[in-house]
Amino acid sequence: MRPFSYEVAASPAGAARAVASRPGAKFIAGGTNLLDLMKLEIETPVHLVDLQGLGLDRIERTAEGGLRIGALVSNTDLAADATVRRHYGVLSRAIVAGASGQLRNKATTAGNLLQRTRCPYFYDTNQPCNKRAPGSGCAAIGGVSRQLGVVGVSESCIATYPGDMAVALRVLDATVETIGADGDRRTIPIGAFHRLPGSTPHVENALRPAELITAVLLPPPLGGIHLYRKVRDRASYAFALVSVAAVIQRDRGGRVAIGGIAPRPWRSEAADAALGRGAGAVAQRLLEGATPTGDNAYKLTLVERTLAATIAEARAA
Amino acid sequence: MKFDTPAGQNPIDRLAVVGQPIERIDGRLKTTGRAPYAYERHDMVDDPAIGVVVGAAIAKGRIGGIDLAAARASPGVLAIVTADTAGTLQKGKHNTARLLGGPEIEHYHQAVALVVARTFEQARAAAMLVKVRYEAAPGRFDLAAQRDSAPLTGDEGHEKGPLVERVGAFEPAFDAAPVTLDATYRTPDQSHAMMEPHASMAAWDGDRLTVWTSNQMIDWGRSDLAKTLGIPKDKVRLVSPFIGGGFGGKLFLRSDALLAALGARAAGRPVKVALTRPLMFNNTTHRPATIQRIRIGATQDGRITAIAHESWSGDLPDGGPETAVGQTKLLYAGDNRMTAMRLAVLDLPEGNAMRAPGEAPGLMALEIAMDEMAEKLGLDPIRFRALNDTQVDPAKPGRRFSQRRLVDCLEDGAKRFGWARRAAQPGQRREGHLLIGMGVASAFRNSMVMTSGARVRLDRAGLVTVETDMTDIGTGSYTIIAQTAAEMMGISVEQVNVRLGDSAFPVSSGSGGQWGGNSSTAGVYAACVRLRDAVAQRLGLDPAQAVFQDGAVQAGGRSVPLHQAAESGEIVAEDSISFGGLSKRFQQSTFGAHFVELSVDGFTGEIRVRRMLAVCASGRILNPRTARSQVIGAMTMGVGGALMEALAVDRTRGYFVNHDLAGYEVPVHADIPHQEVVFLDDPDPTSSPMKAKGVGELGLCGVGAAVANAVYNATGIRVRDYPITLDKMLDRLPRIA
Repeated sequence: MRPFSYEVAASPAGAARAVASRPGAKFIAGGTNLLDLMKLEIETPVHLVDLQGLGLDRIERTAEGGLRIGALVSNTDLAADATVRRHYGVLSRAIVAGASGQLRNKATTAGNLLQRTRCPYFYDTNQPCNKRAPGSGCAAIGGVSRQLGVVGVSESCIATYPGDMAVALRVLDATVETIGADGDRRTIPIGAFHRLPGSTPHVENALRPAELITAVLLPPPLGGIHLYRKVRDRASYAFALVSVAAVIQRDRGGRVAIGGIAPRPWRSEAADAALGRGAGAVAQRLLEGATPTGDNAYKLTLVERTLAATIAEARAA
Repeated sequence: MKFDTPAGQNPIDRLAVVGQPIERIDGRLKTTGRAPYAYERHDMVDDPAIGVVVGAAIAKGRIGGIDLAAARASPGVLAIVTADTAGTLQKGKHNTARLLGGPEIEHYHQAVALVVARTFEQARAAAMLVKVRYEAAPGRFDLAAQRDSAPLTGDEGHEKGPLVERVGAFEPAFDAAPVTLDATYRTPDQSHAMMEPHASMAAWDGDRLTVWTSNQMIDWGRSDLAKTLGIPKDKVRLVSPFIGGGFGGKLFLRSDALLAALGARAAGRPVKVALTRPLMFNNTTHRPATIQRIRIGATQDGRITAIAHESWSGDLPDGGPETAVGQTKLLYAGDNRMTAMRLAVLDLPEGNAMRAPGEAPGLMALEIAMDEMAEKLGLDPIRFRALNDTQVDPAKPGRRFSQRRLVDCLEDGAKRFGWARRAAQPGQRREGHLLIGMGVASAFRNSMVMTSGARVRLDRAGLVTVETDMTDIGTGSYTIIAQTAAEMMGISVEQVNVRLGDSAFPVSSGSGGQWGGNSSTAGVYAACVRLRDAVAQRLGLDPAQAVFQDGAVQAGGRSVPLHQAAESGEIVAEDSISFGGLSKRFQQSTFGAHFVELSVDGFTGEIRVRRMLAVCASGRILNPRTARSQVIGAMTMGVGGALMEALAVDRTRGYFVNHDLAGYEVPVHADIPHQEVVFLDDPDPTSSPMKAKGVGELGLCGVGAAVANAVYNATGIRVRDYPITLDKMLDRLPRIA
């Protein structure tokens, strides 16, 4: 870990200004991912701006009938919130499928959106990685890639977005609310938040330099059956091989988003439209253009089968 | 004491203390955080400096140069050790690769430098500034690719034979057998992944070195540290009273201890070093992957006539094989037999012992093969195993097993587990979308014995202190040693003080190969026999008649409180147990049966174990509570090995990629369901005066195959390539809606 300085921000705009004014500065919220990466010198901020105490830890109803989830609401609090459990069950289920109780106590809503890939080559600073060291190459392509991405990947990077919460946010059509160093606020649809790697896998999201996430907004409740089905090699505390976030309506329509297969939560309108025709039709549309490796081609089958399990569970509910 | 005739009646047989489910006597220290582990010995050394290891960034090649300028200038740095500055170092007897690499690099994350600084953060930051210029060389990293070029090997390496062991004539018998199996199985590289990392703190006092470390085999570690440093063994003291798990990963001197010693010498002050978790997977040893071919031929009525087991594994030059065929020599009857191992050179990190080395992967294959044969024969897998039971060494029919209750274990377990409810046809039992199956496998591990010494002291308060360099790796050594001394001296465990893990104490068996429990307590028994004699003599009693009971010594109608013997001064006795020819005359082994019930998700192939049962016949159980603890831990490790544990080899870059506990998955609580352990009464007078054996490795032997057989019973899918992950089954799962 490199030496760094630290301050506690006085306001969201002040936090953004503080990061803008110091090259190499970063925000810190729960720190569950950032601190690990700093110890390995994968992240090397020179200055940390702490966001505690700015009132960003509240969940409020919006005028439109949705929810405004503060950026620093912990995963535990968000998953346990009565309104979230009642009206956005897919989100509660996704959150508790991830990490461990201890981590969820510290991890925050905004931090979770920004958690970085778990590709093992990204984590080993001896190895080339275009995401960690742009232009150095990708050891995962041709290497060990059983966990890695099959769609939306590029010749530069096949890493996945590893989280669960964002997969549920994607199916709920959440938006990300931000504030810039100039005090300007804007919202970014969740579908446009995570970027595909292309030739710049180190650029992972649509945030501008020093732009701070202040909240995640949920639209009014969708109704329907909410499910999150996470498939992994052990029963708990592992990243998804494939996960499915689903909101299924009585008319068998609905929406699905897939985790564990792409650099961002993976969803397509064409796939949603095919829900009434079964898992095969949905999977085919979701996986169009997939470029799996030999190690992870099983994910194509697993997506279809996990979708089938989820649809069957929804119909039985 | 030489143990060369079967034990008769002795004081242990009273079982007033031995054999009782006594709580761990060190449990309170551990649960209250007061058991001192190596990295925390601040009670011994004030303010030690911290060393951080730099691991090689290539798998094979040379260091062209190291630039230490930036690291040296980094805040707090006290010293940097590299091969250039460490002086001449030998290689330990138990090490294959050198513990400090350079200029030649033998494997990935081989230590190339130790950076010592005042704080851990300073040392870690400076370690990142060490700039090494590597000249990479091509290496061999793929066992399958090297398989055809791998020569035959003996257990210890290429020189030792016989290299192909034969009984009868396997090939013609196999060709003539009406029912045959010829199948190939694969087991992956595995990591010990114990909780406590390798950690050591070293302090020099002139030319004398003390190392507080975490090591299963004190005398091996001490000898190899002295040898590596080129100093007399009597100048080295190793102290390792508490160990946070080892599983074979701490049998040997490793880089933490050597580099702490070198760092302390270079810095002129005590230094402590812990391997970071990412270093543990490639810097230390692992269980090597195997490819195993098994052929079995049987008569129509299920009698094995021919059995062959061949195994391929790889290691660094001058390394040894994973001895996966050993169990097949002894487990089942059959007149015609062949076993052989081949060893490829691989430039991956050093392969070495991990819990039940050889047996665990060997039985993962053999016990699937037995399940496959039973199915071909239309026999219940338990019936097939019972039909082929042998009470003698098949290669030497005059040599009997001292005790062998394998069939009892299988049949007792079948009743307890409800084996009769298992559907003989796979894929028959369903609960909604879940497919349910049961599996069984034999557990079999030989019972090795090792010379083991102890010193016992009786003080004037009547308290007994035992000193031995035996280690407690979480197994319960403290407790069973206290029980042994208490039983021998007729006192309670509260009146026994046990001191372990210090090379200043008599050399013991150490902890490994499941020999520690039986051997080390037998050593304590031997020392207590001496102490009893001394006590009786001091009290003027006939040693041959003296009965030690309830804190008193009785003989010839007199009863004298034990402590009176020490009134005029502490009595000290020391002895060791050594073992004669009984293990040659008798095949001494431990047996068990593992039962598993699990579900497989018909959509996704996710496997979830539901119930496990182990029935063990493993000599006298010295403490059913600590023994059970070992067996359920081993069963858990077996589930890990069956379903998830595998070091992922990058066959181009030559290292284990998943080198942390996020990537190398071991079972979590949610993976481990109801576990039941039953011990059959099985004292073995040929094993030692304790009539005990071990269970720590037996508990792992066969678990993986029981899981695999249950997966097959649930799904009809036979996976012969561990771990059994869902990707290996997806295409063969039942069709879904």
